[in-house]
Amino acid sequence: MQKMQFKIVSLIVVALFYCIQGNTQNMQNGKKIYEAKCLACHQADGGGVPNMNAPLDAASNVVGKDIARLVRIIRNGYNERIALDGFYYSNAMTASPDLKDNEIADLLTYIRNSWSNKASAVTIAQVQAAKKKK
Amino acid sequence: MYKLSNLLLAFVLAFSANAQENAGLRLPTGFSATLFADQIGTARHIAINDKGVLFAKLNSVNKAGQSIVRMEDANGDGIAEKISGWGKYGGTGIYIKGSQLYASSDDAVYLYQLDANGEVTNPTAPKTIIQNLHSRRQHASKSITLDPQGNIYVNIGAYSNACQEKDRTVGSKGMMPCPILDSAGGIWKFDGKKENQSYAEGKRYATGLRNVIGLDWNNQTNSLFVTQHGRDQLNTFYPTMYTDAQNADLPAETMYEMKEGDDAGWPYVYYDPFQKKKILSPEYGGDGKLEGGKNALDPLVAFPAHMAPMSLLFYKGNQFPAKYKEGAFITFHGSWNRAPLPQEGYFVAFVPFKNGKPAGEWEIFANGFAGPDNNKSPRGAKARPCGLAEGPDGSLYVSDDSKGAIFKISFNK
Repeated sequence: MQKMQFKIVSLIVVALFYCIQGNTQNMQNGKKIYEAKCLACHQADGGGVPNMNAPLDAASNVVGKDIARLVRIIRNGYNERIALDGFYYSNAMTASPDLKDNEIADLLTYIRNSWSNKASAVTIAQVQAAKKKK
Repeated sequence: MYKLSNLLLAFVLAFSANAQENAGLRLPTGFSATLFADQIGTARHIAINDKGVLFAKLNSVNKAGQSIVRMEDANGDGIAEKISGWGKYGGTGIYIKGSQLYASSDDAVYLYQLDANGEVTNPTAPKTIIQNLHSRRQHASKSITLDPQGNIYVNIGAYSNACQEKDRTVGSKGMMPCPILDSAGGIWKFDGKKENQSYAEGKRYATGLRNVIGLDWNNQTNSLFVTQHGRDQLNTFYPTMYTDAQNADLPAETMYEMKEGDDAGWPYVYYDPFQKKKILSPEYGGDGKLEGGKNALDPLVAFPAHMAPMSLLFYKGNQFPAKYKEGAFITFHGSWNRAPLPQEGYFVAFVPFKNGKPAGEWEIFANGFAGPDNNKSPRGAKARPCGLAEGPDGSLYVSDDSKGAIFKISFNK
């Protein structure tokens, strides 16, 4: 009985470990992409630049449910004045059509879980579904 | 005991919040500052009448429904106790000349009449002096100044970073010639009194300026001086040519004296303050070394990159020590495009002038706007210096367009 309990506990521990590790790897990969492609404008603190570059931290759209829209913005860039949480932002955002599905998923997972953000991770399947939607 | 410690805590909190020395600013010896007003809205440029009443142009309408705020310090304690306002349009420019107050939206300039006391007589019915100027999101704000003859100079910023076919896009080439320059990317001159002018009635006075927010007429030289915001993102679009560290220092933010017909070189060149040369933009075939812009001006002063000069003011008063007379004050909003390196700016700089020419290195005049924790992220900064005005007594006012503070800086002999 004790052996059985031990087995179950260690199984849970191992599963948790993989879970967290997988998650950390996605976060680390996302962070790398963020630093290379996003940080220059959206800043190290995710706070953006008032009037110019929209914040990602504590931004309702970023932690919201419309993942497809976020995927589209990353892939196509954004070239309109954008209203977000009561403020306007004016700068054009560069498109990143070369990012792979897993990279977009990791990047969004990172952005949605950094600074004060706490939202669900984004899966490759969600990115692919968003691309089909157009 | 518990009550006593609570009382102590309350006292300490109250003290640190209200009685911050010099409103939290660091100033040269002999100067002091007060928080003249706070939380008035996104205060861009400011102007002051003969009686010392200050007017701020807000970038957007504030919670009280105002876009121009009037501030008066009737009891002379350095803090405005009478605050009111009007206006339903956001914008940047505001300027007082004689009995006229000019204010700009992002596509027009309006004229208000002042009475003998310097008060606006027609707050709800200004005349439209200039209209239908390009306002295409980027660099849309319109700064204004006037010359002694009553001509008004308006900055029309380029709605682009470097005139690429596709703005801010990797690999997109610079357009040749840059089609933006016929209607933006320069300073336009209009009659200061005529109504309903637009491009057809105005004149492109100077060109090759990506975005000018600070501009002032210099009475010594009888000419226009401007400060330009240099281009962004050399490393983002040309990572093989420019490192993050190089981008953080390139190109310089620049000050020019612009006479009619002058060209400052944008978008074809940028100014490298280390090589002290005008360098061909990579969008136009440059490699970081090739020079360009033979017919373009060299700057009079080169400041560190990306700090964003927001106002330029030549000091005319007698309150400050002699070295400040006729010199230039410049507000630096604070950078964002130095990331991942630490941001810079968030201060007021001073350039000494003699006989209408810079006469020494620029220096930091007032610092500490970003806050005591020195958090120089654009969002985290406590205040971002923007507008400048010189009071009738020679005090210098500085506006903050993030949280809406107005600082009054004086010299105490």
